[in-house]
Formats: sequence, C-alpha cells, structure tokens
Amino acid sequence: MTGVTVFVPGDAAAVAVGADATAAAIAAEAARRGTAVTIVRNGSRGLLWLEPLVEVDTPAGRIAYGPVDAASVPGLFAAGFTTGAAHPLRHGPTTDIPYLKRQERLTFARVGLIDPRDLEAYKRHDGYRGLAAALGMTPAAIVESVTASGLRGRGGAAFPAGIKWKTALGAAADRKYVVCNADEGDSGTFSDRMLMEGDPFVLIEGMTIAGLATGATQGYIYLRFEYPLAKRVLQDAIRSAYAAGYLGGDVMGSGRRFDLEVRMGAGAYICGEETSLLESLEGKRGQVRFKPPLPAIQGLFGKPTVINNVITLASVPIILDRGAEHYRDFGMGRSRGTLPVQLTGNIKRGGLVEAPFGMTLRELLYDFGGGTLSGRPIRAVQVGGPLGAYLPESRFDTKLDYEAFADVGGMLGHGGIVVFDDRVDMAAQARYAMEFCAIESCGKCTPCRLGSTRGVEVIDRLIAGDEPVKQEALLRDLCETMTHGSLCALGGLTAYPVRSALDHFPEDFRKAVAARAGG
Amino acid sequence: MTSQSPRRVIPIHPEAPPRLTAAELAATQKACAALKELPGALLPILHAVQDELRYVPKDAVPLIADALNLTRAEVHGVVSFYHYFRTEKPGRCVLRICRAEACQAVGANALEEHAKRSLNVDFHGTTADGAITLEPVYCLGNCALGPSVLVEDRLVGRVDAQHFDELVAAVRGAK
Repeated sequence: MTGVTVFVPGDAAAVAVGADATAAAIAAEAARRGTAVTIVRNGSRGLLWLEPLVEVDTPAGRIAYGPVDAASVPGLFAAGFTTGAAHPLRHGPTTDIPYLKRQERLTFARVGLIDPRDLEAYKRHDGYRGLAAALGMTPAAIVESVTASGLRGRGGAAFPAGIKWKTALGAAADRKYVVCNADEGDSGTFSDRMLMEGDPFVLIEGMTIAGLATGATQGYIYLRFEYPLAKRVLQDAIRSAYAAGYLGGDVMGSGRRFDLEVRMGAGAYICGEETSLLESLEGKRGQVRFKPPLPAIQGLFGKPTVINNVITLASVPIILDRGAEHYRDFGMGRSRGTLPVQLTGNIKRGGLVEAPFGMTLRELLYDFGGGTLSGRPIRAVQVGGPLGAYLPESRFDTKLDYEAFADVGGMLGHGGIVVFDDRVDMAAQARYAMEFCAIESCGKCTPCRLGSTRGVEVIDRLIAGDEPVKQEALLRDLCETMTHGSLCALGGLTAYPVRSALDHFPEDFRKAVAARAGG
Repeated sequence: MTSQSPRRVIPIHPEAPPRLTAAELAATQKACAALKELPGALLPILHAVQDELRYVPKDAVPLIADALNLTRAEVHGVVSFYHYFRTEKPGRCVLRICRAEACQAVGANALEEHAKRSLNVDFHGTTADGAITLEPVYCLGNCALGPSVLVEDRLVGRVDAQHFDELVAAVRGAK
C-alpha cells in the first residue's frame, strides 16, 4: 500500500498560484504525521478560480478542496482531509461540482484526471483506442470519418478538418507533413496549453492518425516559447511514445512510420497564421504566404501539409474511437461537437468550459462565470481573441455557434471570452487593438503594416476631440481598407474590435468633446 | 524534381574575424554543429545559442549564416523579426509582464506602470544594478488568473504591485 492518493495539479496556471508549494507542504505534513500519501501531479480540471484544486482519492470518489495554499495544508490534515472529511475548503466530489457537472468533456475527457506523463494511465482511460481503430481503416475511410463528424478547425477559422485532410491525401508527393499549430497567441485563450500540459498523448495520437490518414510520416508541433511547461510535458510524452512503439518506424506494430518533434516559436503572434507558421518552421521570418497554393497541396518545404490547431487534432482520437456520429450528435447547425470555451479576464469563476455548441454567452458569463471578479456589472466582453469583437450586454443572448457570431459582427475564434467590468475605457481598447496589430504585423502587406500605425494616430486624434466627425469617418474608412485589403486575418480582422467598440460604445470616444461642451 | 545544384553563398567581402568571446564562440559552434542538418535549422540554432548565452551575439550571425549557407542578411532578418531573440546580454532575470486584454481587464496596465516606475526602466530596459530586464509579452495563457508575469520561465498569476515587489526582491536577493 502506498497510502492515500492526493492529486495536486502540475498545470502552469495552478503552479502560477502556488500548486508546487502546496504539493511540497502536503508531502512535508504527511511525513511529519507519518501518514502515507502518494502525490500525483495531474493536469488541471479547469476550475481555475479554485486552483490549487487538491483532490483526495476516497472510496466515495475524488473529493475536491480548493483553493489550497501551502498555509492551509496543516489545517486540512488536522480536519482529516485524507479521508475526505469536512473542511471550509471542501467542495464535495469533484465531478459533482456544478461547473464541471454541466460540461460535456470529450476532448478534455482525461485532462485533470490523470498524470499527463503516465502512458499507462492514458491507455487505461481509453487512450490509443482511436489509433487502433484507424490502423484497421483505409486512409480514405479515416478522412471520411473526420469529415462526417463535422469537426471544424478549432484554431479560429473553423474550416472543415476533413476537407483539409482529403486535399492532402489526394496530393501525390514523396513526403508529406502533419503540423500542429500550438502557437496559441490569442489573449483569453489557454485551452491548447491546458490540453498539452494535461493530456499530451491525445495530441500525439491525433497527429499520428492524421499521418495515417494523409500519408504523412513527419509531424511537427510548433509551440510558442511562452509555454515552457507545455514544452517539457510534450517532450517527455513524445519520448515515452517512442519507447512504447507508438511513434517511430513501426507504429503499434503496423509497419507504418510516424515521427514527431516539438519546435519552438520565438514570440511572434503572426506565426499563429498557418502560412507564416510554415515559413517559421522552415527557418525564415514568419511572413504570410499568398494562397493558393494551399498548404494541403504545397505546405512545409513545398510538400503537402495538414496543419491544424491543437484542439482540432486532439478531438480526432475520440471521433475514431466512438464514431463520427457520436461527435456529430453534439452541437447546433453547422457547428458540430463541443467547444472548449475559456472564461477569462474580470470573471469570478474563470476556467475552461467544454460544452456542445449552442449555449448562450449569458449562460457562460453568469451561470458558469458568476459575473465579474470585481463584483461590478459586466460592460463588455471580447470573444475570439485580440481580433474578436467587443460585445455589449444586448448581445449576450448570442448562441455559441460559428454562424451566429458572424451574424452579430463577431467571431467565435478559438473560444476565448474576456470579460471587462464598467470601468473599461473602450476607446483605449480600440486603440490597443490597432497598437497590437502594429507591433505584430509581419510587414508583408501595406494595409496591415501601415494601416495599423495610422489607426493608432487617428484614434488618438479622435479621443482628443480633434475634428472628431472627420476622424471617425477616416477610421471607419481605414477599417474597411484593412478588412478587404489585408493578406491575412491579422490586418483583416483588427477592424472587428475597433469597429465594434465604435458601434457599441460611442460615448467612450467622445469624452474630450463632452468635457469641452460641459466646461 | 529538376536537378538543381544547391545555392552557395559566397561573401562579397572577406569576413572580419568575429569579435566573440570564447564562450560565445563555443556556444555558436556547438549549436551549429549539432543542429545544422535539421530541416529548417535556423530557429533551433538561435534558440540553442540563446538558451546557453541568454542572447544571440551580433557577431554570431556570420558564423550561423556560413553554417547554413545563408546570407548574413537572411539570418539577421530572422533574429530581428522575432521578439524573443535578443542581441544584447540581459539582466540576471528577464521579467515579462503580460500586456494582453485578459490581463488588462484585471489591472495589467496599473501593474505595468508600477513595474516601470519602481524599476526605473522602460520595456526592454535593464535595471541599473543589472538584476532585471523588463519585457512586455502578449499572453502567457493564464488569462483566468491574471495579471500574469513570467519570471525567466516561471509563470506567476494574480500579481498585484505588492506581489510584484516581492518577486523583484527575491530576484535581487538571489545573487
């Protein structure tokens, strides 16, 4: 016997609020009391406001305590938490916590449940069943299954994954690639990070299946440098997968080859755009390519390349394991399956909510999120990252669905929701959107490179009340030019936050004029 | 495939001897020797050099260019394109403050001002005692627990002014 098992997340967000110190305190207190305790560093359950969320394995299931800082550990032992006893920090069985209970965890099924580096635990929890199924299918049948599931790219563009795969499968070449876009740069998003740190094998399995489906033998995970922990977890998992024969020249004894490597980005938001990511992988400046040719036909090093986001690839194993219908049966309209939503910013209960498409923004913000952290009213939410629209209260009944968001002038993107309370200055947020575009523009096309800098200047004059009617007309005209004239989504979508701020919060741009009139 | 002889870059001017310290030279040569055969080797080489030295010396550029059969302009272009690569030696600790929207929503702007004022540096600057280089960063993926800071490669969440001062004091104390 190794005594009672205690789970303390090793996820970066949990560690950022003290999980390592909590784990050390539990080990020290257990030793002092002579209590046998095995500490497992699991991923995060995604209930981030409760981190560090400590779970104790009891005959009645896993019991949650949180947030547990190092100082509260002796008190927890004294109360008998190793048997699941009562304590002010106790939340009962983890899976009964409403925030988690109301979710539908498909892609994140194992995240928070197991030690992410434990391949045996991964297999015990249905791991590698999707790959086993795929090995018994033809490449065309695998692609057909992904197409039938309705899975669309979760990176933001929502392009049907099966169509990309079919194009790559149909392209004849001596070498093909699978590239995972793990350059999760959107503010308000962390689902890729949580998945890579909490269940890296599911991504490896998904990429291997993509290789089998398209005939690609080499995979790359392009990871941002801002995620140092994800890098270590992925590299450990890849090593284990090689050692156990899940990667390499003979995948699961099939005679098929798939190799996988992690490559690090270097702090360029634009490298989340697929063609500039490919340029970066080739060792160049991350500048956007013209399309066509599509990457599926001429991608990395000029070869056919499937490039998908982390969540897209990690959703593939369950589709192959449970069948396309199982996945497709969740969701609404043309948005099938589940979306891992990230509730962030000024929010009381921030975290990850994986749910079928169709939930309203209001349910997420209030039922899950509990309103703002500051306790003040929500004034605006930005959905879809720095290129997403700012939405006011009147849009909170919008359903989470790619098409529904397009209808209200926004986009769902990678599922990040950033909440602002009533102290936010929306003119400053619009200015920041242009400033961000100027900092991160790759410089290839003029509307983005110059437009963003001019945009900051125009907004400054508008805020200062310097011929405001003329400036607003100029700003809207500039937004139009950037939308239609930019080569990629960075310049093309920067208009979303700017225009939505102007449309929904015009008073914030008129403070100088109002003050002058009032004075 | 057409048979095309690979491009060979021949410098127009004879190379000036690189002004690198022994450690800089060794790090650059080691990275080039170990990684130059990788497809798309330039970023991995730059990472390896910066991992070892904490910066990529300007005079390492010709050596890397030569190893990869690239022009110096091509290598310089890559080094300067990416925010992460630096050509000057940073302070003992690189401290990155998240400037992105989710952190702004919980006070990142005030934290940024506090950091600049208390350290008496602007972004990209190093404190007078050489302890800290302050950098902006655009999202650390800790958006539900901001404001976030990356201390070297350690992520810290819910950072207010007081917590920031403690982090700085810990860096300065750990000489």
